[in-house]
Amino acid sequence: MSDFETDLTSNDKELQEFLMMEKQKAQVNAQIHEFNEICWEKCIGKPSAKLDSATETCLSNCVDRFIDTSLLITQRFAQILQKHDM
Amino acid sequence: MAATAPAAENVELMSQVKQQIALANAQEMLSKMTEKCFKKCIHKPGKTLDASEQRCISQCMDRFMDSWNLVSRTYGNRLQRDHYKGAADMAD
Repeated sequence: MSDFETDLTSNDKELQEFLMMEKQKAQVNAQIHEFNEICWEKCIGKPSAKLDSATETCLSNCVDRFIDTSLLITQRFAQILQKHDM
Repeated sequence: MAATAPAAENVELMSQVKQQIALANAQEMLSKMTEKCFKKCIHKPGKTLDASEQRCISQCMDRFMDSWNLVSRTYGNRLQRDHYKGAADMAD
């Protein structure tokens, strides 16, 4: 009986870890969808036969600068909150 | 964190979860693609989808997937870079 119980909890733990991993992957995936949407609008003109290298550069710069912007705004925003709250 | 084979009782549930997630991803991709390529290719909706609009849509779908893959790679690199940087900062 107690064997069965420990078995069950180790299975539950495995499931919990699995779900946490999958959740994390899903969050990264959702983020990719969001970046792709934003950067598609910024970088893609008329769809052509191939992504040219200028467009590729634009897309990857777009992702990195978007993340930089988001970090910068988060920092600045936190500073502003601190100044006004205290 | 070596990957060990999941317990037999969990295998079924895990593969169902993975399948549901894959389905949700495909649906998300499909709906974003439809929205973006409609916007890019159909400027003045006519009586039918003409040949040039159809060509534009299929090219747009291919480029959309290219773009998705490139964005995914760039984000992956960024996550890795920031992760190592974070680890290095902590070591300081």
